[in-house]
Amino acid sequence: MTAAVPDRHRRSSRDRVMVTPEGVALPLTLASRGSRAGALLLDLIFIGILMIATTLALLGIAGGTAASPLRTADQTPLTHALEFLYILWIAAMFLFRNAYFLFFELGPRGATPGKRLTGIRVAARDGGRLTAEMVIARNLLRDIELFLPLVFLASASGGENTGAAGLAATAWFLIFALFPLFNRDRMRAGDLIAGSWVVEAPRRKLEAAMSAGPAAAAAARTDAASAYRFGEAELSAYGEYELQMLERVLRDKRPEALQAVYETICGKIGWTAGSGDAGPFLEAYYTQLRARLETGMRLGKRKADKFG
Amino acid sequence: MATQSEITAIEAAALRSDRFRLEREGDWKRLEAIVTRMEKGRLRKLSDEDVLALPVLYRTVASSLSIARETSLDAATLGYLEALVQRAWFIVYGPRASLGSWLRRFLGGGWSAAVRSIGLDILVAFALMVAGTAAGWLLVADDPEWYRVLVPSQFTDVRAPGASAEVLRDTLFSDQTREPLAAFSASLFGNNAQVSILAFALGFAFGIPSLMLLVQNTAILGAMLWLYDGADLTIDFIAWISIHGTTELFAILLSGAAGLHIGRSMAFPGERPILEAAAQAGQRASQVMMGVVLMLVIAAMLEGFGRQLINNTPGRLSVGSFMLLFWLGYFFLFRRDADRAVAP
Repeated sequence: MTAAVPDRHRRSSRDRVMVTPEGVALPLTLASRGSRAGALLLDLIFIGILMIATTLALLGIAGGTAASPLRTADQTPLTHALEFLYILWIAAMFLFRNAYFLFFELGPRGATPGKRLTGIRVAARDGGRLTAEMVIARNLLRDIELFLPLVFLASASGGENTGAAGLAATAWFLIFALFPLFNRDRMRAGDLIAGSWVVEAPRRKLEAAMSAGPAAAAAARTDAASAYRFGEAELSAYGEYELQMLERVLRDKRPEALQAVYETICGKIGWTAGSGDAGPFLEAYYTQLRARLETGMRLGKRKADKFG
Repeated sequence: MATQSEITAIEAAALRSDRFRLEREGDWKRLEAIVTRMEKGRLRKLSDEDVLALPVLYRTVASSLSIARETSLDAATLGYLEALVQRAWFIVYGPRASLGSWLRRFLGGGWSAAVRSIGLDILVAFALMVAGTAAGWLLVADDPEWYRVLVPSQFTDVRAPGASAEVLRDTLFSDQTREPLAAFSASLFGNNAQVSILAFALGFAFGIPSLMLLVQNTAILGAMLWLYDGADLTIDFIAWISIHGTTELFAILLSGAAGLHIGRSMAFPGERPILEAAAQAGQRASQVMMGVVLMLVIAAMLEGFGRQLINNTPGRLSVGSFMLLFWLGYFFLFRRDADRAVAP
């Protein structure tokens, strides 16, 4: 992590840092296991719908073909048509099962529809390019992680000796399903083999700068009618961490929070808190504190928090 | 602090870091618009200027982020820039593959280079397949009851110990077109592809299950070979198998070797960290596997069409050996830009 956010402000154990080829360190958040499971479930539902729809459509076509006038004539064209539909069906089932994930993860979003809905995507673990080989490798492994044990389980529960085979299939399934629980980066077996991981896809709007609003700008002018000018001693009470907390409170605009913070700051810097004046006071304090801390930054003096 | 004489919005901003932001916001917004459109897959709506501008804008915004980190304490701006650079990074360094260009690179050297790079594993897997065949033969020769154990029921219709030479000859040469050819080969492909993906994926457990799968499958071959040998049909049987078998068995060999390659590099990562070793091996092996799927398509077509249409031993043998020579030549003699394609 660079100095932008001090270590103790990081939100969770899921945060990682990736360094781009330009040398910019970017924070990444690994996808939570819940959202990954949700994404998988969604994808399986989509695949199921696709398979059923294709099967029904092909059956419909086959039914139509079989009922057509061709039936009375020579059987060969009919056989050929049905045969073609059968091949189409086999190819479609193979593709849905194996190519669905490949197709979407190789796209510009690096995510299947399920992943997109849950806001996550696949990325290369080493910070480099996500290559086709990685996507292929992580999805080939999906076969033994998911499809095979489920098929095995289904066939085992149908047979006579359900006990041992069912247990084996369940154990197999659980080993791979629980795999992400037992490593730091929450990789499943396919991720491990491919050198990939699954991260949250960021999406953030650019919010207006607190200090660039008209009120704040006015407050910063010496000739403005603002009563709030803070001295060196009053501004040195807080550091970057408190500044960011203050920014968050100002953006949320909850009156009771504003009032509480207003009183706290007044108490800390030895002012007497008035009432109904929390907003302008805090904006002015935020702007001037930021100006002071940023000046310090440019001179190489940083103040992480009020203890610093 | 603001310079009060200026009247523009930028100059009216209270803080130097806000002026920095206001001056560059246009670039940021433009990059965001381009990235959003590309993420939505609307590539055609992008103008040429936008596409050309993307890498430049990406570097501009990345440097904005670096500067902002050192000069600005506006958490919203920093958060936005971090997210934007990350999104643009995913696109600029995202999968570069149109599937077509990847396929060209793959067929034009990447595949054969990947196969060569797992040469040692191929040798081991080949030895095991030979051993499996021999074991199947010897077991059945010792006690024919093994035949029923080894050979799955789909092959044991009439092809069981004690069947007459006539019946066996019939299985090799009779016109088996009860099932439509194309459909037959499609379902063959489906089965074989799943088996070979399994053989590859099981390499994850240090390669041992991959090898067991190889032995088990070739034991079937050995057992059937023994059966036909008893009826003096050895050459005919080999021809019957080889027309598609040189391709199919080669594909199974490759998938087993790919699985073994992963297992081996996880068990013996050498000086690399184990995760890195596994990832490198996995990416190399997955290239081989894409090729295996292709080979299985060809094998299924040879099995479905070729074997039924070419109904004599010399014809089948020549097709089979031609395919074998073709694969060997393609994998081991064809070396165009090989090193670039699998550079680890």
